[in-house]
Amino acid sequence: MTGTNDPTNDEMLVETDVSDGLSAAESSVTDDAETVIESKDINVWYGDDHALTDISMEIPENSVTAMIGPSGCGKSTFLRCINRMNDLIDVARVEGDLTLRGKNVYDDDVDPVALRRRVGMVFQKPNPFPKSIYDNVVYGLKIQGIDGDYDQIVEDSLKRAALWDEVKDRLHESGLDLSGGQQQRLCIARAIATDPEVLLMDEPASALDPVATSQIEDLVEELAEDYTVVIVTHNMQQAARISDKTAVFLTGGELVEFDDTQKIFENPESQRVEDYITGKFG
Amino acid sequence: MSTDDLEADLTRNTENAPRELLTRSFFFLCAALSVVTTISIVGLLITEASKFFSLTAPLMGVAGETANLVDFLTGTTWQIHSKEFGVMALISATLMVTIGSAIIALPLGVATAIYLSEYASPQARSILKPALEILAGVPTVVYGFFALIYITPALRVVFPNIGTFNMLSASIVVGIMIIPMVASISEDAMSAVPDELRQAGYGMGATKFDVSTGIVVPAALSGIFSSFILALSRAIGETMAVTVAAGAQAKFLNPLNPASYLEGALPMTAAMVQLLTGDITGGGLAYRSLFAIGLVLFVITLIMNIISDFVARRYREVY
Repeated sequence: MTGTNDPTNDEMLVETDVSDGLSAAESSVTDDAETVIESKDINVWYGDDHALTDISMEIPENSVTAMIGPSGCGKSTFLRCINRMNDLIDVARVEGDLTLRGKNVYDDDVDPVALRRRVGMVFQKPNPFPKSIYDNVVYGLKIQGIDGDYDQIVEDSLKRAALWDEVKDRLHESGLDLSGGQQQRLCIARAIATDPEVLLMDEPASALDPVATSQIEDLVEELAEDYTVVIVTHNMQQAARISDKTAVFLTGGELVEFDDTQKIFENPESQRVEDYITGKFG
Repeated sequence: MSTDDLEADLTRNTENAPRELLTRSFFFLCAALSVVTTISIVGLLITEASKFFSLTAPLMGVAGETANLVDFLTGTTWQIHSKEFGVMALISATLMVTIGSAIIALPLGVATAIYLSEYASPQARSILKPALEILAGVPTVVYGFFALIYITPALRVVFPNIGTFNMLSASIVVGIMIIPMVASISEDAMSAVPDELRQAGYGMGATKFDVSTGIVVPAALSGIFSSFILALSRAIGETMAVTVAAGAQAKFLNPLNPASYLEGALPMTAAMVQLLTGDITGGGLAYRSLFAIGLVLFVITLIMNIISDFVARRYREVY
């Protein structure tokens, strides 16, 4: 939640709607893990290019859901549907329903800005702002008008992102002076500082060296205790190591199989998925 | 291939082949031309200006009338006929045009750049960009006439006692003239901000306004400052428009007093035009004062360039 109750902020009005949907969803779900995100027949076009076809899946709460598949299979595109980042691309068109706690995020009354405040995102390339480490972490708090003990939030967020010990003595130096792996952990700290419900990660370790990658992986597993994490990766071992559920996208923008990670890697239903996982293709 | 042939092949020294030498010298001469020109102009300014001052004139072997350096730099009366050469009267007018045009052009130019870089649809851009380029291409004498014939009468509606020649209309028109410069250089700087930073902002739930003002503008700050300095240098050196619009009567005005802008004055550049087109004779004191003003103008723009360079280095962000 954004942690503010300012009723004059009209972005909050939409959030109230979303919360109404939340109670409806709560009563209907009977599974042990609650569904946070549910997509039904999501289709995406970039101009005439049909990038995703009829994607349906349910993403459970406080878990890691991995999306794997070859380049250009649409896994990142799907991730960007969840927080409507595709809205920023002029030629992108999304059809279908995608609900966050029962509220369709593509309803006309949903403000993408309010949505993105509840669904944080970490990008493929570390992208800290050209500001100090401290200002990077508090950026979201400031723009979202969240009050609080910023020093404490900065410390907590950096600790959770496993970066505190390395930067605690230079919080006011530029975030750009950090190494690539540190920058990415800073971006994670920045994303979790505002305490979003869902954390989307778009190949967060693909630009990093093996040591930094393993740090990020440990971090993702820890974060899943409190957040619903959806992670795109092209690294199958990574998906197998850290995820609870895995979605396999294959060329052509279709979701071929979505199941528990163990099942996907040990005994997939689809021959295409088995071929992909065993490296026969892709 | 024999060993000797191989040796000859490997050591044929293409770098000093006649064609290479010729092209290298040609390009060097082209590049050297601008350096030589600059040095000659500065040298001319300094030698001629030093004939003007009583302090240095004897060194140059100049007899006759000279002016006092301190009186020149601190004096506030510019009257050629009564031999009063107080350059502050001219500097104050130049400063007024600079301040006035900055107040107009800097905010408008940056706002235009933000719109073009962050908000404009491709269609809006395709109209606005060429319009700005046309604005930059209008001959400056036309701007001067525009100020005299349209802006001043329009200002007279609000300020009935405004002079026919006044600093306000000169400042406005120079401001309009330098908007394209601020806008296009600032927009280049904003467009160079990596898209990843915008994505990061939007991903945090930032609005377009948050991203433009909180991420893009700070990241492009060095380029925006450079555009300011370059545009202000242009305002300081602007000649034709102020010659037409600002008036021909040198007068020391307080640039910080808004009421001064309703009066006319003589900026440095306009004073130089007046000296050149008037009936002064070569070799006289008035003639040599031309070079003294030119030198002051040169020093001011040189300082602006140095500041611009320093700012660009100091605030440059490497992504």
